[in-house]
Order: sequence, then C-alpha cells, then structure tokens
Amino acid sequence: MNKKKQATEHIIHGIFLVLGLITVLCVLLITVYLVISGIPAIREIGLIPFLFGTEWESTASEAKFGILPFILTSVYGTAGAIVLGVPIGFFAAVYLSKVASSKVRHTLENAVSLLAGIPSVVYGLVGMMVLVPGIRTIFDVPDGASLLAAIIVLAIMILPSIIKVSITALDAVPKEYEDASLALGATPVETYFRVSAPAAKSGIAAAVVLGVGRAIGEAMAVMMVSGNAANMPSLFQSVRFLTTAVASEMSYSSGLQRQALFSIALVLFLFIMLINATLNFFLKRSKED
Amino acid sequence: MKKLICGVMALLLVGSVFAGCQKKVSGKVATDGSTSMEDVIGGLAESFMNNNNGITVTYNPTGSSSGVQAVQEGRCDIGLASRDLKDEEKESGLTGTTLALDGIAVIVNPENPVADLDLETIAKIYTGEITNWKDVGGNDAEIVVIGREAGSGTRDGFESITGTEEACAYRQELTSTGDVIATVAGNPDAIGYTSLSAVEDNVKALSVGGVAPSEATVKDGSYVIQRPFVLVTKTDAKLSEAAQMFFDYITSAEAAEVIAAAGVVAVN
Repeated sequence: MNKKKQATEHIIHGIFLVLGLITVLCVLLITVYLVISGIPAIREIGLIPFLFGTEWESTASEAKFGILPFILTSVYGTAGAIVLGVPIGFFAAVYLSKVASSKVRHTLENAVSLLAGIPSVVYGLVGMMVLVPGIRTIFDVPDGASLLAAIIVLAIMILPSIIKVSITALDAVPKEYEDASLALGATPVETYFRVSAPAAKSGIAAAVVLGVGRAIGEAMAVMMVSGNAANMPSLFQSVRFLTTAVASEMSYSSGLQRQALFSIALVLFLFIMLINATLNFFLKRSKED
Repeated sequence: MKKLICGVMALLLVGSVFAGCQKKVSGKVATDGSTSMEDVIGGLAESFMNNNNGITVTYNPTGSSSGVQAVQEGRCDIGLASRDLKDEEKESGLTGTTLALDGIAVIVNPENPVADLDLETIAKIYTGEITNWKDVGGNDAEIVVIGREAGSGTRDGFESITGTEEACAYRQELTSTGDVIATVAGNPDAIGYTSLSAVEDNVKALSVGGVAPSEATVKDGSYVIQRPFVLVTKTDAKLSEAAQMFFDYITSAEAAEVIAAAGVVAVN
C-alpha cells in the first residue's frame, strides 16, 4: 500500500516536472528562435543603421530599415502612459487600501478586475471610434490618430496592474507603523503618504515596472489608434510602435523585410527582458524589506 | 519560408493551429495568397464544391507575395495574387492567368464637396504636393492621407497605377480595408483607397478624370485605377486533377456570375 502510494507520488511529481519543463521549453524555444531569425537582418543592415536609422521604407526599391522612430515611439508612448497612469493608479490604490469602506473597496476592486479583463482589441475599437475623433475635435488637428491617443489608451490599460499590485503592497504595511504615526499626532492623510507609501515603495515600484511591461508590449490597441505611419514621434503625429511595426507588416512581408521584422521583435524582446529583470529586482527588494 | 511561418507562430504564441496550405492530395485544392481575393475565391469555392462533392477547396489568406511563394514551394495548388506577376517571378517558372479585374476606389468622407479628381491630382495629394482640400475645390482643411501598410496588394496596386511608389506621405497606414473605410467615414478631411467592391454607403467614391468607378468602367478600361486578380500556377508542372477542374471552372464563363457577385469584374 505504502509502496503504491509512493509510486503514485513519483508519477505525479514526474508529470508536474514535465508540465513545468514545457513552459521553460517554450521560453527557450522562442528566445533561441528570435535570436536566430533576428540576427541575419541586423547583420545585413548593420547594427548602427538598424537601431539608429530614422527612416523605415521596407518595400522601397532601396529599402531603408531604420527603427529609431519605433524605439523612440515605444519609449515615449510608455513613458506617457506611466506619467498619466501611475498617479491615477497610485492614488486609487491608496484610497482603496486605506480610506475606502470595505463595501466601496469590494465594488471598486471588482471594477478594476473587469477593466483588466477587457480584451485589448475592445480598447482599440473604443479608442478608434471615440478617442480619435475626440482628439481631432478637441485639439483641432487634422487627424486624431496619434501618439497622444495611444498614450491615453495605454494609460487606461495599465491601470489595473498598477492598482492591484500597489494595493497588495500597501496592505502589507504593518499596522503598527501606521498606529505609531497616528499616535504621534499625524493626520491619517499624512500617515498614508509619509509612512504607508514609503514603507510600500518597493512594491509600488514593482507595480510601475509591471505597467511599463504591459504598455511596451501592447500591440492591438495601439495599432488601432496610432495611425501606423513610421514618423519620428511627436504628440499629434501618427506613429508606429515596435509592436505594431512587427504586427502591421508581418502578414504581407517577404525577404529582408520579414527578417527585419524579426529583428524588431528581438529588440522588443530585449526591452521586455530588461523590464522583467528590473521587476524581479524590485520584487526581491520588497520581499527583503 | 516554412521556418519563418513557424517563427511567426512562436512569436505570436498562437500554438500549433495553422489552417490551410495542405500538401497536394487528390480531392483537395489548396489556394493561397491575396487577402483581397477572399470574397471572389470564397464564392467560387462554394459554388464549385456544391457541384463537385468529393473535392474540398481551401483558401489561405496570406497576401499576394506569400501566395506566389507558396506555389513556388509547392505548398499549394493555385496561388492568388492581386497584382501582375513580376518579371523575376515569371522567370522562376510561374504563369499568371488573369481571373478578374478589381477597381480601386479613391474614397472620401460623404461631407466632402470634392467629387472628382484626376489621376495626377490624386498622385499629388498622396505624395504630399497638395496638402489642402481648397487647392482641389474643397473646403479649407488639411488633407488627411490614409493608406495601407507596406506589402499590401491594394497599396501596391494603387501606388503603381498612380506612379507614387515609395513617394507617398501617409498620415495613417492601416492594416485592413475595413479600417480604411472606418477612418475615412470618421474624418471629413480624409482620403483613402480601397477595393471598389468594399465601398460602402458611409464613404464616397470619387470619380477619376470624370469616370465614376463601376463594373462597366473597370471592364472597358476607362476607369484607370484598377488591378488584376491573378491565378498563379507553375508553368511546367501539371495541376492535380481536382485543381485542374477547379481552375477550368473558375476561368469559364459559367463562373462569371459568381465573380461579379463578389464585386469584381470577370474577364472571361
């Protein structure tokens, strides 16, 4: 009986190991594949002209493959989304974690979860139908499909991850800290911002990095609102992100153009790896705190 | 090529499902290529399969160049290209048979007073030489130039006909016909191009040089912005029996009605 149980245990362990390895294998496969298929184009184009070239004309007879506009757009777009999204997310998290009654908190947290569950194509669609014409009218520009539209959509999309992770971090602040602050005569608001938030700073930093990761990797929604022309980024210009550069041309591409798209994907992948490493760093620190 | 396709899959994490492009099996006809030809080929395949129970026709919408490549590599029976074959493609042993003609309509918002432009003016608008509607008889407003993404058959067709290859100053490069129509419908100052068959009531198709786009004007050649839908086969290899039957059917006069129902003009 005991032996049989042990055997079952072993088998189940084995199955779990295999399932775990599948994930690892996928990551490895994608990494290796991206590197292998991303390198040839960079070699042919040259690393400097590829990364710092400002013109992208992939199907021209003298094709130009400069992805600086995409890199800068992705960086600016993400930064813009963070600038808009982080304050909103942070204050919402402070409110939900510290101020709100449990009933309000429950309702709002559900709404935030719902926001996280909306597919990105829906964000894109609403952005395309409401936001883009809105920007056109409000700012009196010829066309609303622009970096600004993408930033607004991204800011809304990263809210759920920022709010949720920040709430978790703020909830984890020991109650004694806050009690001590209150006992010393600080008002509740002073306590939240002088004691709770600094104590939770690593977790909040992790939330921001997570938001960066979501924003830089988003393709569908930004493709629908950003206009997709390969311009150098400017707020009211139509722009193309790293993600949308790959997505928009992949279906019809061939030859060096297709290889260059893989190289863009490789660059994007490296960005995301960097962001993940940063995230891990903050998470580790927040655990140590 | 196969490796690359696998790469796309891995990249998008879509797993192992990939429809279309079967190996040559008797009783199956695989077509692959231009996304613009979806309506035509879909309609033709349906009517063909109704009459020939044993044969299945598949269609894999990958784009003209991919379709040409697929024939070359023997991954499908008939390639579909919404442009004439390039010389180097012909030299590599491929034959193109024109199935139908598709007019490319230049569309503007219905609120736009401009109703007619000539080819040269359209080219000037797309290259950014003319940037205001008032220069062509419209309102005083900046022209918002909408186009398709690099590699699109419609873009290729439009740019080669208007002579604006590599010179277009697009404000937006959208990835589907539907997006172009939705954007033009939503912006009174926009101009775009799309398959004639896709034009809906929410946008206005301009006449070009006084000729309104229609089936009749496309077929007699008086509407100049048009492109061919081409069936691509290997010159020296014989089609499978099933594929040959399908090929004969869609190029026959019988199929013309089905082709017309898809909004393009049959040549046979």
